[in-house]
Amino acid sequence: MGILTILGLVPLIGSLVVAVAGTPPTRAKQIAVVFAAATLAIAGYAITQFDTAASEPFQLVESYEWIPSLGLSYSVGVDGLALVLVFLATLLVPLVIIAGWNDVEDTAQLPTSEGQPVGEVRGYFALVLLLETMMIGVFISLDVFLFYFLFEAILIPVYFMIGRYGTGRRTYAAVKFLIYSLVGGLVMLAALAMLWFVSADALGAPSLYLPDLLDVDIDPTLQNLMFWGFFLAFAIKAPLWPVHTWLPDAAGSATPGTAVLLIGVLDKIGTYGMLRLCLPLFPEASQTFAPVIIAVSVIGIFYGALAAIGQTDMKRLFGYVSLSHFGFITLGIFVFTTQGQIGSGLYMLGHGLSTALLFMVAGYLIARRKSANIEDYGGVVKPAPVLAGMFLIAGLTALALPGLSTFVSEFLVLLGAFARYPWVAAGATIGIVFAALYVLLLYQRTMTGPETDQVKGMKDLNGRERWVLAPIIALVVFLGFYPAPVLNILSPAIDNTMQWTGTTDPPTELTPAAEGSPS
Amino acid sequence: MTIPSLAAPLSEGSEGAVEPITATVTAADAGGYFPLMWLLIALPVIGAVVLLIGGRRTNRWGHLLATVLPIGSFVVACLLLVQMMGAPVDERLVTLHLWDWTFAGMFEAPFALRLDQLSMVFVMLITGVGSLIHVYSIGYMAHDPDRRKFFAYLNLFVAAMLLLVLADNYLLLYVGWEGVGLASYLLIGFWQQRDTAAVAAKKAFVMNRVGDVGLSVAIMLMFITFGSVTFDQVFEAAPQAGDTALTLIGLTLLLAAVGKSAQFPLQAWLLDAMEGPTPVSALIHAATMVTAGVYLIVRSNAIFDLSTTAVTFVLAVGIVTMLAGAVIACAKDDIKKSLAGSTMSQIGYMFVAAGLGPAGYVFAIFHLLMHGMFKADLFLSAGSVIHGMKDEQDMRFYGALRKVMIVTMVAFFAGFLGISGIPPFDSFFSKDEIIKAAMGTNIFAGIAALAAAGITAFYMTRMLAMTFFGEKRWKEGTEPHESPAVMTVPMLLLSVGALFGGVFFLYVADIEVWLEPITGYQPTEPAIPEPWLGILTLVIVAVGILLAWRQYAMRTVPQQPPQQVSVLTVAARNSLYDDAFNEAVFMRPGQYLTRWLVWFDNRAVDGAVRGLASKIDGFGEGLRKIQNGFARSYALSMVGGAVLVGAVFVVARWF
Amino acid sequence: MDPSAYVILSAVLFSLGGLGVLLRRNAIVVFMSVELMLNAANLAFVSFARMHGNLDGQVIAFFVMIVAAAEVVVGLAIIMTIFRTRRSVSVDEPHLLRN
Repeated sequence: MGILTILGLVPLIGSLVVAVAGTPPTRAKQIAVVFAAATLAIAGYAITQFDTAASEPFQLVESYEWIPSLGLSYSVGVDGLALVLVFLATLLVPLVIIAGWNDVEDTAQLPTSEGQPVGEVRGYFALVLLLETMMIGVFISLDVFLFYFLFEAILIPVYFMIGRYGTGRRTYAAVKFLIYSLVGGLVMLAALAMLWFVSADALGAPSLYLPDLLDVDIDPTLQNLMFWGFFLAFAIKAPLWPVHTWLPDAAGSATPGTAVLLIGVLDKIGTYGMLRLCLPLFPEASQTFAPVIIAVSVIGIFYGALAAIGQTDMKRLFGYVSLSHFGFITLGIFVFTTQGQIGSGLYMLGHGLSTALLFMVAGYLIARRKSANIEDYGGVVKPAPVLAGMFLIAGLTALALPGLSTFVSEFLVLLGAFARYPWVAAGATIGIVFAALYVLLLYQRTMTGPETDQVKGMKDLNGRERWVLAPIIALVVFLGFYPAPVLNILSPAIDNTMQWTGTTDPPTELTPAAEGSPS
Repeated sequence: MTIPSLAAPLSEGSEGAVEPITATVTAADAGGYFPLMWLLIALPVIGAVVLLIGGRRTNRWGHLLATVLPIGSFVVACLLLVQMMGAPVDERLVTLHLWDWTFAGMFEAPFALRLDQLSMVFVMLITGVGSLIHVYSIGYMAHDPDRRKFFAYLNLFVAAMLLLVLADNYLLLYVGWEGVGLASYLLIGFWQQRDTAAVAAKKAFVMNRVGDVGLSVAIMLMFITFGSVTFDQVFEAAPQAGDTALTLIGLTLLLAAVGKSAQFPLQAWLLDAMEGPTPVSALIHAATMVTAGVYLIVRSNAIFDLSTTAVTFVLAVGIVTMLAGAVIACAKDDIKKSLAGSTMSQIGYMFVAAGLGPAGYVFAIFHLLMHGMFKADLFLSAGSVIHGMKDEQDMRFYGALRKVMIVTMVAFFAGFLGISGIPPFDSFFSKDEIIKAAMGTNIFAGIAALAAAGITAFYMTRMLAMTFFGEKRWKEGTEPHESPAVMTVPMLLLSVGALFGGVFFLYVADIEVWLEPITGYQPTEPAIPEPWLGILTLVIVAVGILLAWRQYAMRTVPQQPPQQVSVLTVAARNSLYDDAFNEAVFMRPGQYLTRWLVWFDNRAVDGAVRGLASKIDGFGEGLRKIQNGFARSYALSMVGGAVLVGAVFVVARWF
Repeated sequence: MDPSAYVILSAVLFSLGGLGVLLRRNAIVVFMSVELMLNAANLAFVSFARMHGNLDGQVIAFFVMIVAAAEVVVGLAIIMTIFRTRRSVSVDEPHLLRN
């Protein structure tokens, strides 16, 4: 058994153990933390085993037959992009467990529209670990069917995490999320079936093993159909404008921990899928439809930002902020430049961390005041200065302040876009002004100003809460000033993607001044 | 220490064209203190980190640590200055590559520092004035419970500002650029419990971000044009680039500079920024941060020299702001807002100078340096007054303070002499040089600069008279007192700079020779012969002073601002309606747009999805009716289906 | 003799059976019609077996007979129970499937 399989299995075992032995609640939490930390350690070891200079695109590959008559296999392996996302997932899960130590109990005190009580504590943590297995699985699968299988299976734990452990209109939100995702999955299944037949035709025997499929030349018309099949599923998952409306509801109803995993990691499967499957498998179709997708992305950037400014619920606001950020990520992917795609890769990591900060801090705040309504706050900085400070830092990561990792990625995305579509990128840059507005307006309304009666006596963050946020903040700052480790890991993966899609970076007007001559 | 004579380099440069230095020396090769230049930034960073993470534990000694560290930077800066002065002219540009920062494909922006004559000037200004203001703040903020945070933010600011001027590429400069913006945001909103402070802070950050869009786009333009964003490579390749590219880069850089330096049309945030504690106004919103725009333009002189359009825009922006700021300064009763208007106006002078091209760059920097000293001095003195007057900022409630705050008055008076252009003090040299250069290059700019000099003298005299002379107009219970030595000593030190900096830098340090390798220098002949121009300037200044003195020192100043005043005064009191304009054009439509969008998202986008869902629901409802429970009708449909399938097969066989 | 005649006969019987199922209300008659359809299928199987010259069709015909016998047992039992509870053997009465 290879390291990646072990990585995927550990949280699954943990999930079972928590489900079986998870009473009283404290023990469930402790077991969950231990398993999540072990997974993180294994992921760390896997990263050390990864060689950035290797020539083959996928490393740590394991491949076993699954359903040989259908050509389906259990194949896992990682490239830089997958590795970065696996790291993100395994890092956030233990932090979410610690940060959400009392999420279930706290949520039970918040109003729901249904009479049904919140589920058991051990169930929640078992679901979190189950979700971790599936997330890791999606990122490491090299067989498209395995990818699809987990892509769909992941809906099950999330459905229960929102529907059973959420607040407000949680069932509505969970069902909406489920149906949206299922529609996407269904279209993807159709495309997958087509892909299966195409591979059977081209390779002699059917196979959905990704490295095999990369060599297949697909007829352009079929490519277009299959591209939309896959892309629609990913666009709903990511989500892109205009198929995003499940996101604010889900973000508003989920517990903070669920929201972190859902938006911070799970939604990356959408953008990851675009880079991993859409582009390499359907290169011509991807380029044909790039302008459409770029337009949708730019609309998303502004739409999300403006809608965020108008929200009255903090968690829904963050949902719209993410919509704006996903616009940046897809913009970077579909401009077909090294800068744009590396930027998108780094953006996925940075957005995961930023989302984690936003929802965790907001979670702490909401647990204290028992409301997610922005109007219910004001002047929090007086009673809880550390909380307010962390809130501001979280906000700054969302507005991509230089010196934080989100800036590097956002700039690279815009730069990559600029190299191909200057006017589009220049327009999208105006998005940074709106980013400042939605973050600072929120901060001003909730944290500054005279202390209101409602927040008087609010407790500041305790040690556990501070120490969960600290590593994320440290990582965001570290990667803001020294993103080289991640960039080095991402570069070969993106170079391969560029090569598979047959695209090259546009030349600059002049060669760098070292040569000093016009091109 | 060899400083070459003025004539030598000028005769070589044909028609004043800039010859960028291409020979850069790495810090390792240069040796000496140069490899330690990272300490300049690292020291204040340590302060900020320790104070912010240490929390309350550092309350007792935090401010002292935070004061010592910038002084440490200042010492390092002095050592570097000495070594740089000792080096030959072509070895004064030293770079220090610290680590690879952002790279992707062909794009590369290292984390590297670049110290040359221009950044040296700024480093001295930032660490010097910065250190003094840290010392002053110990006294000014003594009673504030959050003093530790204040010092942490100040250290953060110093670090970011140093990064801004030491960066060796535009992207790294951007980090410093927004870093100072963040520090400015935190410090303007330092008294967060005040709604006005929080709003002002947000406004400053957002308007700065508008400028940052310009900087972002400029950097991207540079990359697609030159394939690099490093200063050296951009400047060297600039002559080969097309006109359009250069003009666009110039204009976007100007947008960035306009935002950061509070120039027209992005000036509205600066007056509100006075909500911050006064030392902040002195350091950030007068001496250093707001002059970053001037730095950016002078730094990018290789680009502006090649684009007449861009440079003309710089000049136009400078002229408009120079006059508008001066007019606003004349009408404001709040002493800090009046000084803020003056800051806008003085930076406008610098933009005018920078807009004159090689004739003006050195004087833009010269005036910037002088302004850094006299304006910091003025703000600190104003802070001392405010401190003594129980946080009263309205000059209509001042008056006759010369009797109780003698040291403060001396310092303020020194600043007054420095800014007004009275010989032989700071502005007399720097402003005169700008007026001369303007007269020689663009007669309109020259006339505007002359007029602004008169208005400057007017509003400064007004401030001086309303504060220190005339009758007492204090509110009841106010007992003005002199500030402690920890505040007055920095004020007095800055006063010395405000008085004698001009002479020193122009005649002893030869600033135009010092900067010439970086900025180029091409003296011009003014349209009016020089002695006459000097006399004309003095006359205008004198008229300004006399008018103001007659109005505000000889007559009594009412506590309520008079209402029967000219349209211009009303406009100036309202900051020339910039807020009203922004509100009407951007804010209100923006609010409607977001409200509409939230509605649209709920109704139209989500509504479409929900509508589809209910359609499917209805369809299912319809289907349900077919399930009537009669076994025979099910059988009929089965038979029908079988017949249909059979028919399809038969038909398929036919074709 | 042409075996296709038997196939045609089988089709006629099947259609008669089908009509019986659809048109008659008495459950017993419906049942008999079903038997008719089954036997029509048997006839077709046997005919095809004859036409293709192998025994597969005849084997399946036996299967069908057995299934038909089993079906009669279960079906009559159901009809009996319905008759006991509802005093009627009309197939339109018990549209209980719906409720």
